Amino acid sequence: MPSTPRPELALSEPIGDEMRQTTCYMCACRCGINVHLKDGKVKYIEGNRDHPVNRGVLCAKGSAGIMQHVSPARLSAPMKRVGPRGSGEFETISWDEAFEIATGWLAPIRETAPEKLAFFTGRDQSQSLTSWWAQQFGTPNYAAHGGFCSVNMAAAGIYTMGGAFWEFGSPDWDRTKLLMIFGVAEDHDSNPIKAGLGKLKARGARVIGVNPVRTGYNAVADHWVGITPGTDGLFVLALIHELLKAGRVDLDYLIRYTDAPFLVEDAPGTDRHGLFLRGADGKALVWDRTTGTAKPFDAPGVKPALHGAVEVDGRRARPVFELMADQYLDARNAPDAVAEACGIPAERIRAIAAELARVAFEEEITLDIPWTDFRGVRHETMTGRPVTFHAMRGISAHSNGFQTCRAIHVLQILLGSLEVPGGYRFKPPYPKPVDLHPTPHSATQPGGPLNGPHLGFPRGPEDLQICAEGRAKRIDKAFTWDNPLSAHGLMHMVISNAHAGDPYEIDTLFMYMANMAWNSSMNTSGVADMLTDTREDGSYKIPHIIYADSYSSEMVAYADLILPDTTYLERHDCISLLDRPICEPDAAADSIRWPVVEPDRDVRGFQTVLIQLAAKLGLPGFVDGDGAPLYADYADYITNHQRRPGIGPLAGFRGADGTGIGRGAPNPDQIDRYIENGGFWMHHIPEEAAFFKPWNRAYQDWAVDLGIIDAPAPYVFHLYLEPLRKFQLAAEGHGRNQPPDHLRQQIGDCFTPFPSWYPPGEGSRIDEDAFPLHAVTQRPAAMYHSWGSQNAWLRQIHGQNPLFVSGDIWREHGFAEGDWAVLTSHHGEITVPVALMEAQNPRTVWTWNAIGKRPGAWALDKDAPEATRGFLLNHLIHELLPPKGDGLRWSNSDPITGQAAWYDLRVRIARAEPPADGRSRPAAAAQASPVDPAPKDIAYGKEWT
Amino acid sequence: MTTLPDSTDRSLGLVIDLDTCVGCHACVVACKEWNTGAYGAPLSDQDAYGAAPSGTFLNRVHSYEVTPADAPAMVVHFPKSCLHCSDAPCVTVCPTGASYKRVEDGIVLVNESDCIGCGLCAWACPYGAREMDRAAGVMKKCTLCVDRIYNDTLPEEDRVPSCVRTCPAGARHFGDLSDPESSVFQLVEARGGMDLMPEQGTRPVNKYLPPRDRDALPEMDVLGPLLAPVEAQPGGFLGWLDRTLEKL
Repeated sequence: MPSTPRPELALSEPIGDEMRQTTCYMCACRCGINVHLKDGKVKYIEGNRDHPVNRGVLCAKGSAGIMQHVSPARLSAPMKRVGPRGSGEFETISWDEAFEIATGWLAPIRETAPEKLAFFTGRDQSQSLTSWWAQQFGTPNYAAHGGFCSVNMAAAGIYTMGGAFWEFGSPDWDRTKLLMIFGVAEDHDSNPIKAGLGKLKARGARVIGVNPVRTGYNAVADHWVGITPGTDGLFVLALIHELLKAGRVDLDYLIRYTDAPFLVEDAPGTDRHGLFLRGADGKALVWDRTTGTAKPFDAPGVKPALHGAVEVDGRRARPVFELMADQYLDARNAPDAVAEACGIPAERIRAIAAELARVAFEEEITLDIPWTDFRGVRHETMTGRPVTFHAMRGISAHSNGFQTCRAIHVLQILLGSLEVPGGYRFKPPYPKPVDLHPTPHSATQPGGPLNGPHLGFPRGPEDLQICAEGRAKRIDKAFTWDNPLSAHGLMHMVISNAHAGDPYEIDTLFMYMANMAWNSSMNTSGVADMLTDTREDGSYKIPHIIYADSYSSEMVAYADLILPDTTYLERHDCISLLDRPICEPDAAADSIRWPVVEPDRDVRGFQTVLIQLAAKLGLPGFVDGDGAPLYADYADYITNHQRRPGIGPLAGFRGADGTGIGRGAPNPDQIDRYIENGGFWMHHIPEEAAFFKPWNRAYQDWAVDLGIIDAPAPYVFHLYLEPLRKFQLAAEGHGRNQPPDHLRQQIGDCFTPFPSWYPPGEGSRIDEDAFPLHAVTQRPAAMYHSWGSQNAWLRQIHGQNPLFVSGDIWREHGFAEGDWAVLTSHHGEITVPVALMEAQNPRTVWTWNAIGKRPGAWALDKDAPEATRGFLLNHLIHELLPPKGDGLRWSNSDPITGQAAWYDLRVRIARAEPPADGRSRPAAAAQASPVDPAPKDIAYGKEWT
Repeated sequence: MTTLPDSTDRSLGLVIDLDTCVGCHACVVACKEWNTGAYGAPLSDQDAYGAAPSGTFLNRVHSYEVTPADAPAMVVHFPKSCLHCSDAPCVTVCPTGASYKRVEDGIVLVNESDCIGCGLCAWACPYGAREMDRAAGVMKKCTLCVDRIYNDTLPEEDRVPSCVRTCPAGARHFGDLSDPESSVFQLVEARGGMDLMPEQGTRPVNKYLPPRDRDALPEMDVLGPLLAPVEAQPGGFLGWLDRTLEKL
């Protein structure tokens, strides 16, 4: 009977030869990672314990980074197309030839018509550089992917409160007692949210999850509200109704920090009706209860009224708060009125409202930290309302998402729970009100740069980017009357509009890591046809396509010129305060990537390629007076570029001696200092400045010192959005800038200055009896980029995506395990495998997004489940709404921001015969892919054992 | 047959919090990543980019739906790896002595050089926690990262299993379950930690903390009005507003 002796084990082997610290890129979290190397090869990747984002933890994607680095789908060298577009026939070329081709297309159009370049980027993290590049090139046609991702949240947040959900703020994880999450996807800020939920659980704090599907965070929520998609706004307004009705709102907070007392002019029929009453200096006026006069809102000692009609210099006005109460106390916002539409019993809505109020006002917390506000009033303590909220794509991906997100912010404001202990906190560079953001620009000049930044926040109709005759200046028709506040552009409309030559034809489509020929487009099959469509003379309707990516995605086959990117472990990058920050509520922070391993093939970091291309094109800002390149590569740019004097891509270790914080001359050793510091830099906010940031003198001064702002800029939150009212006034016929007649009704209905709810676009255009169900998608926690389902380890976790069907629907249709269904929308139909899931809204079906792959792409076997049973809902979603008989094309987008309305989709379902070939429908033809076949078996690390 | 020790000096193991686990699979991949380059043969992947990918994982997360009659359906994420049982049937069934339970810390290991790949241990394990590596032909299982937890080359705080170090939600805890002073022992006491399938008589060391009650807002049971409308007060809503403002 064998037993001891036991083998001697080597228990103290070093992990590898060396550890290098850089930044993860497997999703948008941008966690710090320790990359352990052995024999020059990546041995193990773990979280960096010192890093502000992840504090040592790492998700499945991050740990699977090894498989992304060694992926067989990696591109190896620049290539040019030699067969028909889409055939996948390419020839390897040198970088010299690649630059020659690119400049051969780009230089002539820059000299004549820069708008003929459309440059759009996907989930990259270098928008500060890419937008600057496009601005110097001179094309107005630049944006990143925010228009089909998050713009509703960014715009609603910044217009309302000068900050936003997504990763731009954070619940106060250490103090909050009740967290309510709406449609929170697991693909942004995911490690901080998971860590935060862990903290709440450890403290016994509670979570209310509002989501049609109970997976992930909603699975661990203490209370789950399985809401009907697109009705969150109704639900939130009912909560507001209940709170107002019971007087459970923070009036002190509202008076001090919001526009609640601002006087709104009551002058029906005039061009002033509904605008703030302002003094000669432009400051909004409030009615002072002590003196019975109108005073500037920030006048010392003012005691503003919150109700009562007043007359100021012959002009009648009422305070915002009274107008708001009138609107929301109306019975149409009562729980009983919305319960059925939301799929939530009225008593549950009332119970949640009561619980929000109880925790906010009866579990108030106080920090003994004195601070001084912008009026100069010193406060001995900081009062907190420990209720907080977070929201993501479940709100943003609806055509009423802007107003719904606004409603959530108004709820936060009424509870006094923004920027207070226990509430939702901004991360630098936020708070940053609309006034400090640019307006959009699109004026071109042959051979010269654009007149300013492409993207911005319109203050009113005067900031729209349309020609005198009403034509859109941008190819995506951002900042037009169709979607005036499209602050992130409309990437989902670019190919469709370029193909249609509407508003004009372009010459070159230049894209970076945006899989627009597959999972990032609505109407996927249609888009592929547009990319290959020709004119009568046989030339392509979109004449040139340049595509940059690390991997052989579906989009690669449609490129004329391929610029192969490195992996994230092989290149320099900066996660900049000028871009999407990685800051924390208590600190400013930024970080770098650097080549912790060198590429083993003829690839270059895209950002370096862009800088080298700029030099060849002689773009201002990238060359000196003699036309010589200013920067050799991206690392050189990161170190030496100054956006404003003393302000560059990285805020840490500035100045010749590296002691500069935020401001300072370029430091030639800056990147080395980041590497020594673990790949990141962090600068803490003083305790007295940590809360009430928009109104806190100490914070404002700290932000000026750091260079985030150039002068203190305190502001108040907006329950009432005057810019929206200005668009309504235009729609009512006032002013020089007039919308086309067919949009007047839409603008009047949707641009309400207080948040309102209107039915999602698709739902209001179809026969609900014909399409009775909602269909949505989400990304699994273990995947983010479309490359995730190509990863050898991750695809073993989520290798298939059945259509999850609620129990009600399952039984109604008599589905059984192994069944297939045909799912039909107004635009098309798909035939897919189904699976039962009880924990979801009864009238909803859903699936994991972007797991389905086109056969032949991504170095996956043609019979891989991703390519056979896997599917996309995108085939059912059109970039246009169903026609309504007026002959016009209505975009499937939020009418305010242009946000792609992915989740408005309505469908019907029926059982289907399982396809004989086992493939879901539509079954796209196989693509040829310009990479070698993948290995069959792998055993990573074999040489070390 | 292989014997189990009568007792072990310590009982190292995991406490997994099912109330907190969001099912993100971070632990699954961190485990794969560490163990493919660490103790024993690498964790291979067959048909890695093909029609039926199948690899060796020492830790997997399963998701189950629970459908109570009187409450909304729930999803429970359930991470599962070797539970390092005190009465480990995988050890006693091993014909070569390759499977063994360590006296010093209770970790169940496979001595790969003695493993003949017969698979009996996998049959014997009621939890399905062992996986045969198809490339190496040896049985693989959770080692509790035995080459991390005693590893002097790692910072002390990192001497925990890879899955514990990486868990973003902090749902995984590591320690000596036989020590009443240990944080894991106390966590199990406080939260009613449970054995998995106790009827199997395996006496697992790993413990699971059950999900807390869901979907029971305390106020739901109250019959009276949840929030009292201020309209009922003198002067209605505006009266309330004036009185409240005066108090500020």
